[in-house]
Amino acid sequence: MDLSMRWLNDYVCTGEMSPRDYCAGMTMSGSKVEGYETEGEEIKNVVVGRVTAMERHPDSDHLWVCQVDVGNETVQIVTGAQNVSAGDYVPVAKHKSVLPGGHKITKGKLRGVESCGMLCSLGELGLTVHDFPYAIEDGIFLLGEDCDRTPGREIRPAIGLDDVKVEFEITSNRPDCFSMIGLARETAATFGLPLKEHTPVVKGGEGDVGDYLRVEVQNTTLCPRYMARVVKDVKIGPSPRWMRERLRACGVRPINNIVDITNYVMLEYGQPMHAFDLRNVAGAHIIVRNAAPGESITTLDGTLRQLSPEMLVIADENGPTAIAGVMGGEHSEIEADTVTVAFESACFMGSSVRTTARKVGLRTEASGRYEKGLDPATCAPAVERACELVELLGAGTVVGGAIDIDSASHSRWAIPFDPDWINRFLGIDIPAEEMVAMLARLDIPVENGQALAPTWRPDLESKADIAEEVARMYGYDKIPTTLLRGMAEGVVTPRQKFDRKAGVLLRGLGMSEILTYTFISPKLYDKIRLPADSPLRDSVTIQNPLGEDTSVMRTTALPSMLQVLATNYNNRNPEAALYELATEYHPTTPEELPEEKPFLVLGAYGPGWDFYALKGRVEALLAELGVAGVEFLPCTHNPSYHPGRCAAIQVGDQVIGGMGEIHPEVCDNFGIGGRVYAAQLDGDALFRLHTAEKRYAPLPRFPASTRDLAVICDEGLPVAAIEKAIRAHVGSILEKVQLFDIYRGAQIPEGKKSVAYALILRAPDRTLTVEECDKAMAAALEGLREVGADLRS
Amino acid sequence: MKAALEAIRAAAHQQLQQAKDLRELDDLRVRFLGKKGELTAILKRMGSLSAEERPVIGQLANQIRESVEGELAARTQALKAALQAERLRAEAIDVTMPGTAPAPGRQHPLSIVLDEMKEIFLGMGFDVVQGPEVETDYYNFEALNLPKDHPARDTQDTFYISENILLRTQTSPVQIRTMEERKPPIRIIAPGRVYRSDAVDATHSPIFHQIEGLVVDRGITMADLKGCLETIVKRLYGEKAVVRFRPHHFPFTEPSAEVDLQCFACHGQGCRICKGEGWIEILGCGMVHPKVLSICGIDPEEYSGFAFGIGLERLVMGRYGIDDMRLLYENDVRFLAQF
Repeated sequence: MDLSMRWLNDYVCTGEMSPRDYCAGMTMSGSKVEGYETEGEEIKNVVVGRVTAMERHPDSDHLWVCQVDVGNETVQIVTGAQNVSAGDYVPVAKHKSVLPGGHKITKGKLRGVESCGMLCSLGELGLTVHDFPYAIEDGIFLLGEDCDRTPGREIRPAIGLDDVKVEFEITSNRPDCFSMIGLARETAATFGLPLKEHTPVVKGGEGDVGDYLRVEVQNTTLCPRYMARVVKDVKIGPSPRWMRERLRACGVRPINNIVDITNYVMLEYGQPMHAFDLRNVAGAHIIVRNAAPGESITTLDGTLRQLSPEMLVIADENGPTAIAGVMGGEHSEIEADTVTVAFESACFMGSSVRTTARKVGLRTEASGRYEKGLDPATCAPAVERACELVELLGAGTVVGGAIDIDSASHSRWAIPFDPDWINRFLGIDIPAEEMVAMLARLDIPVENGQALAPTWRPDLESKADIAEEVARMYGYDKIPTTLLRGMAEGVVTPRQKFDRKAGVLLRGLGMSEILTYTFISPKLYDKIRLPADSPLRDSVTIQNPLGEDTSVMRTTALPSMLQVLATNYNNRNPEAALYELATEYHPTTPEELPEEKPFLVLGAYGPGWDFYALKGRVEALLAELGVAGVEFLPCTHNPSYHPGRCAAIQVGDQVIGGMGEIHPEVCDNFGIGGRVYAAQLDGDALFRLHTAEKRYAPLPRFPASTRDLAVICDEGLPVAAIEKAIRAHVGSILEKVQLFDIYRGAQIPEGKKSVAYALILRAPDRTLTVEECDKAMAAALEGLREVGADLRS
Repeated sequence: MKAALEAIRAAAHQQLQQAKDLRELDDLRVRFLGKKGELTAILKRMGSLSAEERPVIGQLANQIRESVEGELAARTQALKAALQAERLRAEAIDVTMPGTAPAPGRQHPLSIVLDEMKEIFLGMGFDVVQGPEVETDYYNFEALNLPKDHPARDTQDTFYISENILLRTQTSPVQIRTMEERKPPIRIIAPGRVYRSDAVDATHSPIFHQIEGLVVDRGITMADLKGCLETIVKRLYGEKAVVRFRPHHFPFTEPSAEVDLQCFACHGQGCRICKGEGWIEILGCGMVHPKVLSICGIDPEEYSGFAFGIGLERLVMGRYGIDDMRLLYENDVRFLAQF
């Protein structure tokens, strides 16, 4: 909402207050100012001039040499404009002047003739023909009688380009503040200034509105009040400068006197107005009703719009002529030859206007106001004000009488006023009388312990609302600050500790944390090669996404990781090692919320990274988190991974995740050259399986014996099987079994490999004898033979 | 014999001085002092001396032994020191060469600041709780005093899954879920992702993070709200931080406020960083609306409370001077490595 300070001063005198102080004060009382702007602020040293003489430039057939009276002197200015004559009043940008956009004007020579400045067009002053309809676009702005034409006068006050515009952020609970009067009321209350109220006076009287128009309201729920007045003998023309100026300051383009009046009243009172050309209201009969099935209307913007039966329309005997509260129809629009006008000032139900505006895809100044809920009491002064302005502007003759179909309540409502509670609630201590005085400034009288809410304040409902009014008038900054009483202890849950620990460990292992968007493109499922029937393709789908790229909630966080790796690859980062504590979303039933599952996703590429580098990190992570009994088993069927380089990660029978080298086709799909490694771990499973408990085990008191063992086995035998066999057969004295070499080549038959282990043997209660160790080694070999591994001789 | 002893002393002295390494010294030790050494050889001949001569020569021989031993020790010491010095000299390295270490992983800036916030709140007795991101209309809007046709719904462009299921536009639904589950006194924060249908640019993202806070107890006042949030802002921005509370509107709090931080760059005068306003908005808050308490089964006549919501991205961007929100979600390792 833009406010014109000049207009505001019709209602409250802000005197010498600086715009800065005004804005600060209003912001602190609850009307947030986004910024302010002084019109024509950049313009410097531009004055009114009178062209006293002009002659052709001796060296040009299109330039003119003008003598211009600028008050205390006459200066010579060369112009190329063809619309200037001696005697005209013009804006003169003198030597060393500045125009909007920072354009500097200095004297100079034009084809040898000295020119001490420039005559300005509207555009050069930052204006358009809407501001001065009598001026032309491509010529000098010749000042009309509506300007101060004293030569030498500063141009800004002379043409009224010196208002201060204040931009307010009005919250949706204060529809009353979308108006000059509403903001004037807040201004008066904030600064303790008197509000100058104005009651419109209409002379009118000739004839009776009933002779010109009949109105029928069929749906009084959606239209609690409908008022109309008629103006005859209308003379359409431009509105006066003061009105155009104010509209401009509020960001509204002037059109003609009647349309400008409707906009002016809307800005002043917050009450949307509509003007119908009565010629085109069939049967001179306005019917406020729901649209009939299949009806449509061409709105003022020239668009044909389909209507549906829940929408309220203003119809004549031929059909809809306006969408109530949203936009008028093209057919009954005010035109240059309009003679008889009906002003509509009505109250429509906010939620209905909101739904309709949404459905037809049209948000207007009017609908924006209506949908927040307007005061039916404002309809009357607003339509009166419109008629008063018609008379003031001489735009027509107001016909006597007004139509008023009113089923709305206009009375104030009572809210309990409990000063003790307010003091307690806010943590302040001010006397009841002071509160009463503050509320009085807002036109909220207190009678018999009840605060009476004004009709324009639908936001006031309960005693907390009254407390807020007191608080903001008192000043939020004056409310003391106290510390919370009572002891309380914040508790970190085991889950939160677990998550935090996982992050700390991964960073210690050289992985960096990432955060990604949780909605993705369903095409990413193709990119990670999910089969067409994969249950992971069943995602929670957003009905109104920003785009296809962000249209489903991910069922797997792998593509998000791959996208980030691809970004890094494309940004030419030689290496990336990343992790995300991600969330995946799995649909349940349509009526229920999806399951949100935490997943830990790791991803890496670059020198030094291979399957085992990532596996080592995963193992270290799981070990440190206290997840025991983890096995990595070959997994050939995960479509996103290299079938020969992928492992399922299991604890017992339970799969808790997977890891491996990403399938080369998937890398191609994401545009990553080179090999990529990733791991996905089920956060809930890890948490369930982990133990944070630690117990001390006594340090060994007896020495260990280390024995090496090399066996030959088939290439395809996984080392995990060899280790398992050793463990199973050696028994409790096996402290550790450590793989230290795998050899293929000379002395080893084709298709075989030699695998070498160090076995660390120890007993807790004695030093092992050579015989015991020999026995253990024999047992190990026995077990190895069973899995097909023989001692390398 | 005396002359012979003096000759040994002279020879030993001269040779010890000339010895170049520890082995030569050891050879000299054997030659002069060893069991088959020159001195011993002379001493063996002591028997041939007269009774008068014997003690004199014996004393001299001992003197010479001691002297040679002393000189040998000194020379050994000196040579060892020289050797050590030489080794150290040879082992000198260029200490200005870069060190080596595995590169540590980094925490995402959003999560660094969030952890910091959690610490602050835990210290003030708040629990950290979570709620679903895919929410019902009821928790996200209705229970927060935003009925179906409420105009304020328009200001939060919502992603819908179905008529009644949506992506939460705020962390406030966790307030409702918490009040349904717990009885006062309640002190919680609920950090998490929220979703609004905003196109991506330098200052907007359709996914961002909020930290919701809720306190409900007997006798909670607006002064408590101010005190609590002022403490938090000072913990986050330093003791010198200046804040102001200004009236605002949220459907689920009454009175409501927005909290502005005085611009660090211009101290409230207005500059480019604060867009001329002098203040930077950092959070929204208010006293829990009595309707909201009632909806959650908490008697507003008995209890009161306050709630607040802090945008994490803005906090993080302000803290580190990040000028484009997209960087937070791009996750370029060169970006991540800076935190």
